[in-house]
Amino acid sequence: MAESAKPAIELDRVTKRFVSPTGRSFTALRDLDLTVAAGEFVAVVGPTGCGKSTTLALISGLEPPSLGTIRVFGEPVKSVGRSVGYVFQRDAVFPWKNVLENVAMGPRFRGADNEEANTQAREWIARVGLAGFERYYPHQLSGGMRKRVALAQTLINQPRILLMDEPFSALDVQTRALMENELLELWASTGASVVFVTHDLEEAIGLADRVVVITAGPGTVKGTYRVDLPRPRNIAEVRFQPRFIEIYEEVWKDLRDEVLVSYERSKHLVAS
Amino acid sequence: MAQTSAVADDFDVARARAYERRRRLVLILRLALAVVIVGTWEITTRTGCHGPDSATCVVDPFFFGQPSGIWSQLVSWVQKGTAQGPLWEQIAVTLEETVLGFAIGVILGILFGVALGRNRLLSDVLGPYINVLNAMPRIVLGSIFAIALGLDIQSKIALAVVLVFFVVFFNAFQGVREVDRDLLANARILGASQGQLSRHVILPSALSWILTSLHTSFGFALVGAIVGEYLGARKGIGLMIATAQGTFNANGVFAAMVILAIIAIIAEALIVRLENFLIKWRPNAINYPVAM
Repeated sequence: MAESAKPAIELDRVTKRFVSPTGRSFTALRDLDLTVAAGEFVAVVGPTGCGKSTTLALISGLEPPSLGTIRVFGEPVKSVGRSVGYVFQRDAVFPWKNVLENVAMGPRFRGADNEEANTQAREWIARVGLAGFERYYPHQLSGGMRKRVALAQTLINQPRILLMDEPFSALDVQTRALMENELLELWASTGASVVFVTHDLEEAIGLADRVVVITAGPGTVKGTYRVDLPRPRNIAEVRFQPRFIEIYEEVWKDLRDEVLVSYERSKHLVAS
Repeated sequence: MAQTSAVADDFDVARARAYERRRRLVLILRLALAVVIVGTWEITTRTGCHGPDSATCVVDPFFFGQPSGIWSQLVSWVQKGTAQGPLWEQIAVTLEETVLGFAIGVILGILFGVALGRNRLLSDVLGPYINVLNAMPRIVLGSIFAIALGLDIQSKIALAVVLVFFVVFFNAFQGVREVDRDLLANARILGASQGQLSRHVILPSALSWILTSLHTSFGFALVGAIVGEYLGARKGIGLMIATAQGTFNANGVFAAMVILAIIAIIAEALIVRLENFLIKWRPNAINYPVAM
């Protein structure tokens, strides 16, 4: 494992600007530095519109940076890489494919024959607790079940980098805690590096090894906090530990200012 | 417990009965409407427009036809054939032109729609020309096709293709443009090549748009075939209409229209079947009312 010495993800003074069709430019990220070690679980928190999702799009190779470099396992990112998995905020499962076909897509796209892809898919469907639902279409499933499909669909490719963009924000509280625990279990068995974007600080601390606070846009790193809570964790209970509350208070001090800045701006936007 | 379930049963039975009553009422009213309209037509055209007492004439069947006359025209076509051969032959020729024109137009429309929808440069370059072509009254091209391709089925197929193409094209184009960006991103991350993106994401997503266009475009294919025949043909329902017009046979024109209506209704039912088959994944696949 010589590779483990190299960080899994490195963002080096990354800036991302978007140009609107009217020619006005908007800076989403400015001079963002972020390093994620192999097998590390990093949560990224920040106010709405701080460029959290943009960060993931850059790491995945879906979007190129305007300035700066991004390296995954030491290699500069030029296009969508094979080592990356991405779980989207909204349901990005394919409504015209049933659960089995949805989960089998990754291997099929990557050249596996049908039978092999289906065997793998059945295995992963069982691992996320959906055995028996292979023939169901997404619209016949609940939000939590669709999220499980999305997880299986992503994990079947065995990504070494797992990017998650507020994946559980649309779920109800109970389903969410369940899914968070399952994510931790699945992650422990894969050893992937995770970048988990959320605006929920409790979720961030509960899941991650490290929490990174991003400033109100243009986003840059305001601070990072090590979460030294023991694993395995139970999401539903970890939040009652005194250490959890300490960390929460510490991070919240940083985050609060940024949330206020972002809130003031949105008020001005509405007013003007 | 037994009592509550009995109450529920009674309730269900009453509801089923009310539903059945309503269904029957609608059916009766529909039939009544048809009887009133056709009856009025028949009676008003039997007021003696051609004879000694022509002063009582309300509607002249010479110009407006007469339901009984239309019926006997249909019967005579079935039994004795038309001026240009057996009726079935005419229907077969028109159907062949319509179906071929429809199929070619749909395939071309989808190909161009997907190509232009996926390629910004191509759509920027070709866009204005397609809009101009679409704005033109393309039915006039029928004359060109008749000159260039002759009186056989090719000229009619060409006209049907030209009419069908644009309807399908614009829908396919729009469908491709409205593909969910997250789905595209997801497929790319999962490892899809450009071809796989088209096949697994873009086409299925655009399919509901494309299928919607099929309802309208089959009608256009039929119009193309009929007008093409009308402009010059040796066989077909359009030629029957032209012949009827030439002999001042209003009943003949209406009888041909009845045949066309039946063809259109059957085609519509088939398209609905195709639609439900292709998009069975949809929450509640739209059921277009068939044969109202």
